[in-house]
Amino acid sequence: MPKDHGIGASPKRREDIRFLTGAGNYTDDINIHGQAYVHFLRSDVAHGTINSIDASAAEAMEGVLKVFTAKDFEAVGGLPCGWQVTDRFGEAMQEPKHPILAEGKVRHVGDPIAAVVAETPEIARDAAEAIVVDIDELPAVVDMKAALAAGAPKVHDDLTSNLCYDWGFVEENKDAVDEAIKNAAHVTTLELTNNRLVANPMEPRVAIGDYSRGTDEHTLYTTSQNPHVIRLLMGAFVLGIPEHKLRVVAPDVGGGFGTKIFHYAEEAFVTFAAKVVNRPVKWTASRSEAFISDAHGRDHVTKIELALDADNNFVALRTDTHANMGAYLSTFAPSVPTWLHGTLMAGNYTTPLIYVNVKAVFTNTVPVDAYRGAGRPEATFQLERVVDKAARELGVDPAELRRQNFIKPEQFPYDTPVAVSYDTGNYHATLDTGLKMVDYANFEARAAESKARGKLRGIGLAHYIEACGIAPSNLVGQLGARAGLYESATVRVNATGSISVLTGSHSHGQGHETTFPQVIAEMIGIDESQVDIVHGDTSKTPMGMGTYGSRSIAVGGSAMFKAAEKVINKAKKIAAHLMEASEADIELADGQFSVAGTDKSVAWGDVCLAAYVPHNYPLEDLEPGLEETAFYDPSNFTYPSGAYFCEVEVDPDTGAIDILSFNAADDFGNVINPMIVEGQVHGGVAQGIGQAMLEHAAYDENGQLLSGSFMDYAMPRAADVPSFGVDHSCQTPCTHNPLGVKGCGEAGAIGSPPALVNAVIDALHRGGYPVEHIDMPLSPSRVWNAIQSVK
Amino acid sequence: MTEVKMTVNGREVSGDVEGRTLLSTFLRENLGLTGTHVGCDTSQCGACVVHVNGKAVKSCTMFAQEAAGADVATIEGQAGADGSLNTIQQAFQDYHGLQCGFCTPGMVMSAAALLKENPKPTEAEIRNYLEGNICRCTGYHNIVRAIMAASGQDVPAVAAE
Repeated sequence: MPKDHGIGASPKRREDIRFLTGAGNYTDDINIHGQAYVHFLRSDVAHGTINSIDASAAEAMEGVLKVFTAKDFEAVGGLPCGWQVTDRFGEAMQEPKHPILAEGKVRHVGDPIAAVVAETPEIARDAAEAIVVDIDELPAVVDMKAALAAGAPKVHDDLTSNLCYDWGFVEENKDAVDEAIKNAAHVTTLELTNNRLVANPMEPRVAIGDYSRGTDEHTLYTTSQNPHVIRLLMGAFVLGIPEHKLRVVAPDVGGGFGTKIFHYAEEAFVTFAAKVVNRPVKWTASRSEAFISDAHGRDHVTKIELALDADNNFVALRTDTHANMGAYLSTFAPSVPTWLHGTLMAGNYTTPLIYVNVKAVFTNTVPVDAYRGAGRPEATFQLERVVDKAARELGVDPAELRRQNFIKPEQFPYDTPVAVSYDTGNYHATLDTGLKMVDYANFEARAAESKARGKLRGIGLAHYIEACGIAPSNLVGQLGARAGLYESATVRVNATGSISVLTGSHSHGQGHETTFPQVIAEMIGIDESQVDIVHGDTSKTPMGMGTYGSRSIAVGGSAMFKAAEKVINKAKKIAAHLMEASEADIELADGQFSVAGTDKSVAWGDVCLAAYVPHNYPLEDLEPGLEETAFYDPSNFTYPSGAYFCEVEVDPDTGAIDILSFNAADDFGNVINPMIVEGQVHGGVAQGIGQAMLEHAAYDENGQLLSGSFMDYAMPRAADVPSFGVDHSCQTPCTHNPLGVKGCGEAGAIGSPPALVNAVIDALHRGGYPVEHIDMPLSPSRVWNAIQSVK
Repeated sequence: MTEVKMTVNGREVSGDVEGRTLLSTFLRENLGLTGTHVGCDTSQCGACVVHVNGKAVKSCTMFAQEAAGADVATIEGQAGADGSLNTIQQAFQDYHGLQCGFCTPGMVMSAAALLKENPKPTEAEIRNYLEGNICRCTGYHNIVRAIMAASGQDVPAVAAE
C-alpha cells in the first residue's frame, strides 16, 4: 500500500494551482511602475572589429532615454568565470575578459554591441535599428580543430591562441594507460561528436533592474536557478554593489536545465542602467535572441579507446576530447568538460587505468556551459557507445559484457581511478530490472516480426553513472571552483506550529513546494499543509547556492533536515519543561511529544506556542522562539545509476526511426515523491531523445547559427516520443546524507542518448548494414546515408 | 493608436493598440492577463494558445485588431467562479502533467480545443494534436495521460508502466 503522506508519498503538487489558472508569477509578469525597456543591438557577424558606433539617430528618437555602449561600462568589471581549470602543465587556463557590451571586437553572432533604453519595447527596438555600427568582418573560427591550427584567427587577440586549456586526468596515469592499451588483447576505438544543443527552457530569459535612490538599494528580478549566486557574482565582481544593497529575486521560473545558472550580461546591464536612467529597466528575450545569447550545451568531439584483456575484462580507457567553450567563458564552462566529465569515465565499471585528455577551445560561437547533466552525458555517451561497439566486435551480448565488468555490490564503497569514490550502487539489480522491463529474452521474436514487415528492429542499452548532489566545497575548491557548494535552510516555526522553510534551493519545475514539506511533515508528524517553502529571494532566504546538478533534495533537503533536527531538539527541551520530565525521555511522533513509558503528552502546536509566549518556559536555559538555520556541505557526491533501454524500428528505405519503447530502471536511493521523480525521468529522457534524434545547434563556416529558431531547431514534440516505462525500485540509499537520497534531475538526459544510438546501430547490424557509428542527431538522412555507405 | 474592443473571459474589454500589437501583447500588457505566455517568436511553441470565437489560436500570431469584437477565452477564465479547477486543469494536476508551468496555459487551452473536436481521442491523436505545443519539462508522458483522463478514458492503459 503506497503511503498517502510524508516521505515516499505522491501528494498532488500545490504549485500546480497557480500554474493551471494563469496565476503564476514569472519574471515577465512583473511590471514596475515607471519601467523603461531595453533592446540589445547584437552582432550579426561572428567575428569583427568595431570601427565605430553612431547612435545619434537613435538617441534623437522620441521616447529614447539612453543608448549604452562599452564606453558606459569602462568602470565596470567583466562577467566573471566561476571555475579555474589548471592544465596538464600546472598552468592556469587562459581566461579572457567577457565585457557587458562588446569592447572593440564582436566575437559571436549575438554578442551585444549596444543597448537602447526607451519608453516602450517597440521604441527601443526601432531605435536599435537606427544605430549605425561599422564593423570590419574578420575570418571566423567555428571548427575546434581548425581553431587550434597554426595561424588560425584568434578569438581573443590578447591570448596566445584559441586554446583555453589542455587538461590531462589522471596525468600520472598517462604512461601506464598508453602501455596497457599497447599490450591489450583487444582495443575498441570510436570517434564521435556530442552535438551542440540549446537548452531552450520554455520561458525565455527576462531581467528587470530597479533602483531606489531613497535607500540606495538595487533589486534585480531575473529568471535564475540561483539568485544568491547571481547576487554574489554580479555584486562583487561586476558592479561593485555590496550584498546588503542588492536584492536578487527569481520568482516562478519557467524551466532552467542549466542555462539559467549563469550570470549573464543582461542582468548586470539592467541593474546598472536602472541607476543611470533612474527608472526600472526591463529586458525580455525573444526566442530568437535566446538562441544567440543563452549559453549552449555539449559540443564535444571525442576519440575513445577501450582496451580489454583476453577474457573481455576492461583493462584501460583513453579519451581525447575537444570541448567547445564558444567565444567567452560562461560562468561554469571550464568545469563541464573536466571535473564533471573526466571523473565519470569509470562509469559503472572496474576499469583500473583511465586517462582523459581535454582541450578546451575558443571559437566564434555562443558560449557553451552546463546543460542538463553537464559533462556526465558526454562521459556516458562515449563510454556506453564504445562498450557496445566492443561487445559487437567480440561477439558477446552487450548486457553481459557490461555485467562482467560492473563494480560488484560488495565492492562498495568503490574508489575509481578518476578521483571519485562511489558510496553505494547495485548495477546488477538495475540491469536485471531493465532486462525484465523490456522482455529482453524475447527480443529475437520481435525482431523477426519486424523483419517480416521489411523493418529493422534493434535494442539498445546504456548503463549510466552520475555524480550529483553537487558538491563538497573543500573538494571542488581544490579543483578550481571559485564558489562553495553547500546549501542552506532556515526552518521557521510560527507560534501556532505552522512552518516556513526558507531554502537556498530554487524550484523551476522540480516541485520543491510539495516535496520539501513532505520531509518536514514526516519528521514532526504534522500535516504537510502546515509547511510552506520560501525560495528565490535573497532578501528572504539564507545564502544558498541554488538548484542544478540534481542537488536540491540531496544538498538543500539535507540542510532542511539538519535545521529541522535542531528545531526538534529545542522543542524537546521545551516539551520536557512543560511536562516536567527529563529531556532524554521525550519522544516525538505524530505531532505529539510524549514522555516515554507514561501517558503524558503535549501537542506540537502547544510547544511552539510556549516558545513564543514563554510564560511557562525555561528562560534561564533556553532562548524563546523556534527557528533554526543549517548550512549543509556534503562530504561526497551522490551517485545515481541506472539501466536505460530503447527499442527501435528503422525503415531501411527512408532512414526513419520509430521508437517502440523506452524503459528506465534507476537507482536514486530513497525517493521522497515518486510521482515527481518519475516526471523528472520522463522529461530527461525526452531531452535525451531530442539530442539523439532531433536537436542540433548547427553553425555554418562563417559562424552563423543555422538552427536559430523553433522553425529550424527541432525540439521534441509530443509525437516524437513514446510513453515511457520507469522504475525506481532498486534503491541503494546514499550513505552520507541524512535522507539517503541521490537526486534524479539529470539521469534521463544522461542515460538516454547512448541507449537510442545503440538501438539504431543494433538495428542496422541486424539488417545486414554494418554501420559502426552515426553522429547525433540521428536524422533520417543521416541514417539513410549511413545505410548507403555500407551497401 | 486605435481603440480595440472585445470580450475576454465573458467581460467586455477595450484598449489602445498599435497596428502591430499582437493579441498576446494586448492580453498580457493591456489587460494584465499574464497567464497567456510567450515562449517563441515563430508561432511554434503554443504557450500563448487562447480560444478566439471557440477556436484554439496562437495569440502571438494574431493582431489585437483582428480580434476586435471577438469572444476570447484565456487560461484565467477556465476555473469555476469559486476557483475550482475544471476537468482538464484537475486532470493535469492529478496526473502531474506540468512541471515549470510555463507551457501549461497553452497546453490546457489546446487540450480543451481537442476534446471539443474529439471527445475520446487515442494516445496517437492526442500526440498529433499537440504538434503546436512544446513542453520541455514533462516529456509529454503525463500530459498525454492527463488529457486521456480528462476525456474519461482509462489512463494506465496508455502508459507503459
